[in-house]
Amino acid sequence: MKLIFEKSISGRGQDIFPACDVPEVLPKVELRKTTAHLPEISENEMGRHYTALAKRAHGVNDGFYPLGSCTMKHNPRINEKMASLPGFVNLHPLQPAHTVKGANELISGLEAALCEITGMDAVTFQPAAGAHGEFTGLLLIKAYHQDRGDFERNEIIVPDSAHGTNPASATMAGFKTIEIKSNENGMVDLESLKEKLGPHTAGLMLTNPNTVGLFDENIMEITRLVHEAGGLCYYDGANLNAVMGIVRPADIGFDVIHMNLHKTFSTPHGGGGPGSGPCGCKEFLKPFIPGLTCKDGKEYTRAEKSIGNMTGFYGNFLVMVKAYTYILTLGAEGIPAASSNAVLNANYMQEKLKDIYPVAFDTTCMHEFVLCLQDIYKDTHVSALDVAKALLDYGIHPPTMYFPLIVHEALMIEPTETETKETMDEAITAFREIYDLLRKEPEAVQACPQTTPVLRLDEVKAAREPVLKYKFD
Amino acid sequence: MFDPKELKYTKDDEWLGYEGDIAVVGISDYAQHELGDLVFVNLPEVGDEVVAGEAFGDVESVKAVADVISPVSGIVEEINEDILDDAALINEDAYAAWFIKVKEVGDTEELMDADAYDAYCAAR
Repeated sequence: MKLIFEKSISGRGQDIFPACDVPEVLPKVELRKTTAHLPEISENEMGRHYTALAKRAHGVNDGFYPLGSCTMKHNPRINEKMASLPGFVNLHPLQPAHTVKGANELISGLEAALCEITGMDAVTFQPAAGAHGEFTGLLLIKAYHQDRGDFERNEIIVPDSAHGTNPASATMAGFKTIEIKSNENGMVDLESLKEKLGPHTAGLMLTNPNTVGLFDENIMEITRLVHEAGGLCYYDGANLNAVMGIVRPADIGFDVIHMNLHKTFSTPHGGGGPGSGPCGCKEFLKPFIPGLTCKDGKEYTRAEKSIGNMTGFYGNFLVMVKAYTYILTLGAEGIPAASSNAVLNANYMQEKLKDIYPVAFDTTCMHEFVLCLQDIYKDTHVSALDVAKALLDYGIHPPTMYFPLIVHEALMIEPTETETKETMDEAITAFREIYDLLRKEPEAVQACPQTTPVLRLDEVKAAREPVLKYKFD
Repeated sequence: MFDPKELKYTKDDEWLGYEGDIAVVGISDYAQHELGDLVFVNLPEVGDEVVAGEAFGDVESVKAVADVISPVSGIVEEINEDILDDAALINEDAYAAWFIKVKEVGDTEELMDADAYDAYCAAR
């Protein structure tokens, strides 16, 4: 298929402005000397171009999308309806507070709901996505220690099963990442944690349930040890979908949290719309939160010792509208029920697959589980990647591959609560048929996919020699 | 290139060889195979200090990023610029594509000989 620039023909632009018949008055700033390279194409052709691209993509609307750690749940349409109300859409962030009371009420309502779900005392909506929320939370931890006059705490402890964003955020926030090992059950190794705790510990970042889909049973001990060493506990909300309305991170010793509204709270992600990674904290961190807030409907105020701004204005407001709609739609009964069903679905699939695909940790899982294809690979040379590619021929988006790093040949499956038993049964059948094929005819699986618009892409060449922009003549 | 039989190995899959007093560090063939096709390498700079048991660089494949842990403490004498330009060299021959050469070698991590390392890999 041609790129939009390849379809461009000079003179076919959609410029409908008549020639300028008044003197041009331009501000005295640097202006570009050449016109921008924009594709020139008719509206009709452009529409077809993007529709063709959309047809070649796979979204939750197209089929099952069990991408582990990504919570690809259905995004209820009512969210979109609410977020497209003109009263929300046509706001300007510089409007005086008294003209946007409704929007501020919504922000306060969402904050209260998220505080109820997490047990935290305040939430800032400035962070634009999950890792941005992590970064914000770590800056709160840093500000807290420095405000106490403690400048020695420059280490953040992160388990080896963590999402890659954790050490990256810690580095961005000026900390040194200290890795601790997981034990044979996939949990934090308490001895390893004790060894690393000390006067340099600023905090611990933990995902719970963790990235192998297990709830760390030692969590109370873990957070107690970190607090005793003078550190704070950061909850990575990536897996909040397993426990919302059931376990409150604040109650198990966490001081700071980020949530992914674009995952847990059903706002679109993965190309579907901006993220939102609000950061929640306990009372003692409130003086440091970023951005402006409006509590009384009259004026905006900044926290006393605010870390500054993480983004312009109030974060991705329309995403917040969608998340609030979701929470109010589900209500106090629906929120924990969603989590329970997410856990039930994951366990159903795990039980139906584990006799042929070994699970990395054979126990009841939370909202996702990890298969370990290492032995299959040794026997047949069919890798986790090959199985993932074979799923494409069934119209299923592959699970997350090769993550977490502590499991070899990993496939991480997260069905979410919004899939029916029939959909999961079809996926289970697909997994089992692929297994039969890889035992009988491994080359056939290695040659998948066969039915997709493009077959195997050269990922190595793409990484080694990326072409990131169109090369104009 | 180094003879893998003559090298020492860490549990984290680095190999250690010597050219006189200079320690030479790379990653094992098992490690490159586990990671798959490597696309990027990060190395320290000449003159940097490396500490036994601590990461001095990392390797990135299409699957994962992994720290490369130094088996020795010392000062970086030389880095292999070739692998910075072409990480595939490590996949082609992990025992020719060394990462760093270290002088003023002090502490050394606990190491395995080639037979013990082979057994360690086979058990994984």
